[in-house]
Amino acid sequence: MIPANFEYFAPKTIEEALQLLEQHGEDAKILSGGHSLIPVLKLRLASPGVVIDIGRIAELKAIKVDGSTISIGANATHAEIAANADLKTHCPLLAETAAQIGDQQVRNRGTIGGSLTHADPAADWPAAILALDAEIVARSSQGTRTIKAADFFLDLMTSAVESDEIVTEIRIAKPEQPAAAVYLKVPQSASGFAVIGVAAQLKVTNGKCEAASIGVTGLAPKAFRASSVEAALVGKTLDEAAINAASAKADAEADDAMEDIHASGDYRRHLARVFAKRAVLAAAAKA
Amino acid sequence: MSFLAKYIGQKVKRTEDPRLVKGIGHYVDDIKLADTLHVVILRSQYAHAKIVSINTDAAKTSPGVVAVYTGADVAGKVGFVPCAAALPGLNVPKYPVLADGKVAFVGQPIAAVVATDKYKARDAADLIEVDYDPLDVVTDAEASAQSDSPVIHEEFGTNVAFTHQAGTGDIDSAFAQADKIVKEKLNHQRLAPISMEPRGVLAHYLPGEEQMTLWSSTQIPHLMRTQVAIMLGMAENRLRVITPEVGGGFGCKLNVYSEEALLGWIAMQVHKPVKWIESRRENFQATIHGRAQVGTCEIAVKNDGTLLGLRYNVTADLGAYLQLLTPAIPTLTGLMLSGCYKIPAIQMNCVGVFTNKMSTDAYRGAGRPEATYLVERMMDCVALELKMDPVELRRKNMPKPSEFPFPTATGLFYDSGDYEKALDKALAMADYQKLRAEQAEARKQGRLIGIGVSTYVEICAMGPSIALPAGGWESATVRVEPTGKVTVLTGVSPHGQGEETAFAQIIGDMLGIDMNDVLVIHGDTSIVQYGIGTFGSRGLAVGGAALVKAAEKVVAKAKTLAAHLLQTDEASLTFENGKFVGAPNDKSVSIQEVALAAYIPHNVPEDFEPGLTATHFFEPKNFTFPSGTHICVSEVDRETGDVKILRYIAVDDCGNQINPMIVQGQIHGGIAQGMAQALFEEVVYDENGQLLTGELMDYAVPKAHQLPFFELDHTVTPTDVNPLGAKGVGEAGTIGSTPATANSVIDALAPFGVTHVDLPLRPEKLWKLMNN
Ligand SMILES: Cc1cc2nc3c(=O)[nH]c(=O)nc-3n(C[C@H](O)[C@H](O)[C@H](O)COP(=O)(O)OP(=O)(O)OC[C@H]3O[C@@H](n4cnc5c(N)ncnc54)[C@H](O)[C@@H]3O)c2cc1C
Repeated sequence: MIPANFEYFAPKTIEEALQLLEQHGEDAKILSGGHSLIPVLKLRLASPGVVIDIGRIAELKAIKVDGSTISIGANATHAEIAANADLKTHCPLLAETAAQIGDQQVRNRGTIGGSLTHADPAADWPAAILALDAEIVARSSQGTRTIKAADFFLDLMTSAVESDEIVTEIRIAKPEQPAAAVYLKVPQSASGFAVIGVAAQLKVTNGKCEAASIGVTGLAPKAFRASSVEAALVGKTLDEAAINAASAKADAEADDAMEDIHASGDYRRHLARVFAKRAVLAAAAKA
Repeated sequence: MSFLAKYIGQKVKRTEDPRLVKGIGHYVDDIKLADTLHVVILRSQYAHAKIVSINTDAAKTSPGVVAVYTGADVAGKVGFVPCAAALPGLNVPKYPVLADGKVAFVGQPIAAVVATDKYKARDAADLIEVDYDPLDVVTDAEASAQSDSPVIHEEFGTNVAFTHQAGTGDIDSAFAQADKIVKEKLNHQRLAPISMEPRGVLAHYLPGEEQMTLWSSTQIPHLMRTQVAIMLGMAENRLRVITPEVGGGFGCKLNVYSEEALLGWIAMQVHKPVKWIESRRENFQATIHGRAQVGTCEIAVKNDGTLLGLRYNVTADLGAYLQLLTPAIPTLTGLMLSGCYKIPAIQMNCVGVFTNKMSTDAYRGAGRPEATYLVERMMDCVALELKMDPVELRRKNMPKPSEFPFPTATGLFYDSGDYEKALDKALAMADYQKLRAEQAEARKQGRLIGIGVSTYVEICAMGPSIALPAGGWESATVRVEPTGKVTVLTGVSPHGQGEETAFAQIIGDMLGIDMNDVLVIHGDTSIVQYGIGTFGSRGLAVGGAALVKAAEKVVAKAKTLAAHLLQTDEASLTFENGKFVGAPNDKSVSIQEVALAAYIPHNVPEDFEPGLTATHFFEPKNFTFPSGTHICVSEVDRETGDVKILRYIAVDDCGNQINPMIVQGQIHGGIAQGMAQALFEEVVYDENGQLLTGELMDYAVPKAHQLPFFELDHTVTPTDVNPLGAKGVGEAGTIGSTPATANSVIDALAPFGVTHVDLPLRPEKLWKLMNN
């Protein structure tokens, strides 16, 4: 790779990183796993003058499960999340999503914070993060703010993270019925990114759906909650007919469907419906 | 020659692997010379354009820049990129190493920036302003042959580079006598070879000595030396080409590209080492592609399944220029159109056309996968039409072992073969009848299971010199050193095939020594005698044959000296286990002792030539024809079109196996590539000639987790073409697997009346077919 020249910093604390960000402003870019930033630098689609590598900030790596909340440091890698025993128990959707990202090398380097900030429309995390109603914590030298997942993805490759901010953690309320969840995807044959990805987290009592949250990625320029499917499921007995009817609305919230050499918009819409159905069926079966 | 079987036939671990696995081997980019300058090449962004002007002023004054060169600088000084394939009437466009006023594909080199490091070179390249005047673009091969197409090389007035007819037999009467004529149009998509190590060149010119060393990641160091010397107008013996570790080639490094001569020329201007390492993006744009044929095939057949004739009218997409063997590749397709069947009349009518894309050339299989895919796909179409089992149709038309050497209507003589043996073995492994029953049962339940068979034969061990543009012999030197260690110099240029191991096994057994005492040296034109190189599954079958012959000469010479040392006559001696034995006095002498005596010739026969070394240039009298049967079982997801491979069985016959583990490795890699062609690989250009699959993020190279377990076995039908009886296995997996996979998936879709689908069999395509 032959990127343009840049200055490289590897701060050890968040404060130091924030200070560097403030000092260099728009000319600086945060580097975490580098699996999205480095390709951008390589193609010179961006040529930041300063790269701030946050990979050595230990506190950004922590994964904590206490009481009713789960906290994942922005720099936790996909592999670390996939392997975390607490998460497997208290929020298997996270571990399951992480395990399906790219391949082992990508999972060893890529981080949840980097993936969310990058807001690739085919990334896996957004579906799960939306389905879990997560909150993303971002810090700048001005202070700390918390962004709801629903407000986080703004457009294609655009998240709510400002250029002076660092995402520090992702907070999730423990799901009431952790096991009633699944992430299913169709990987793009070259990259592994999601042609479609559906995350479903349910709450089911005696076969009846009390709550459903469904995140869909890969279909639209930004990931979204399939609220029409959710509305159609809540209150219903989760039989095949009900699930079929509800999942037929999986693309209702997508005004535009993405199209590329890997899949047409129509096919993506179809896959969203099929995978919403399969995800709900699978999650319900685990409930 | 008799062989001790201590090593030959054993699954000896590859001696190459430890250094490669540890990352301590040396590829071109690992060769570091002091004061090296780095070259970045500015490439065309347009598929077809006139270059109105190039402004390099800003680039020349950019920090660290030593020089910037354009087409004007090299015109008349560096020869054109060579094409060695001579077809009658071939239109060969001039292909300058830097564009001369015009570009014809995205990625064509326009300017070279030389700087103190690659970053500065790239910064400066970004400052070059090229004023393009875009021309109309043609990317579709069939459209390119039409008279209303934009013409790429005006001097020819047409995009047709050549027309080629192949085959013999009375094709008209074959079709006149046919009960049925089965016709299908098939597309072989364009593929990118994607060696893990891209290309790279390091050139170092010594003006005092007037000698140049060129390190290049190539499969053909000697042919490269000759061609680059010609391009640079320098004496061939003053150019040394060194091929260090090569991280894969698959045919894409069986070529001479712009960059080798360009770097050589630059080295002669700047008098410092210059290095260029291809980026992956450049690799997609400017390293040859493979396949890319579109054509219509017709088969004339009797109702009982007897094949009468095959006609193939095909357009070959050559790309914008001709690389080393570009036009030769479709002619190989023509040679293999008989498959492993008796087809009395065959005719291929091929039109080779220019398009505004990268050149096509040899990619693993090189013309033969196209033939095999075509024939094997058509066999299924014929079987469907005749309502015959596809296996029975194949079996009915196979020549029997007694019919070998088997003459084909394409003018070949298949050396040896027992096609039914491999077929039966594969059928037994698959439990074919049971599979068919299971398939019928699954269909009743709405599951789409497919069973695909391909029985292939391919042409390897390239080949008799008369049939190849640069000759097809191979060379080897066996040098027993004074201490008894053995150095092998081979003219082949292995880059993943494992000949360092296989050749050491052969020498270990032939000389009765520890194979670890053998060092195999290749890829340095100043050390190794002239050779042809590695391609066309020839390394072992031709290069190994040369090695056997050279070793025989060494043993013969050693025997003369041994007889002298043992004071007996040669006739009484035999060479066993590294020792000359049988002397009446019961004394023996080892090859190592003989070697020492040969180098310190104090006690030798009169006229004895000191030393113990021999070279042999082996000329094969024919190609070899490996064959086999592949069976693929797949399931298509009714809702999504997704394909899952349930089982994959391959029984291959490459003749005698020197190292069954290496054979399996070659088969594994081959199946992976062939299956990927069937399922997802494809180079895609848009209608403006822009490359849409320009990164590994979009071009799907197969990964282990995308592939099934391969159930392998083999049969052994030796060849008499070479002393090893080995046929070659480098390409077989690729050739057999594409049609087996395609036939399987298309068979799965039979309930929808689908008879053919062009590759790759991407889920969306299948989904659409099921919903029309
Ligand atoms: C071959 C390949 C396959 C892949 N397959 C998949 C896949 O299947 N599914 C999938 O979801 N992803 C996939 N990815 C993407 C991968 O998961 C990336 O790791 C991820 O998108 C970005 O994470 P990162 O840590 O590498 O971020 P980086 O590349 O380091 O950064 C990405 C962007 O986010 C910014 N950034 C990073 N961290 C922070 C932070 N804490 N605060 C503020 N800004 C930050 C950076 O400045 C940059 O703009 C793939 C990538 C590759 C190379």
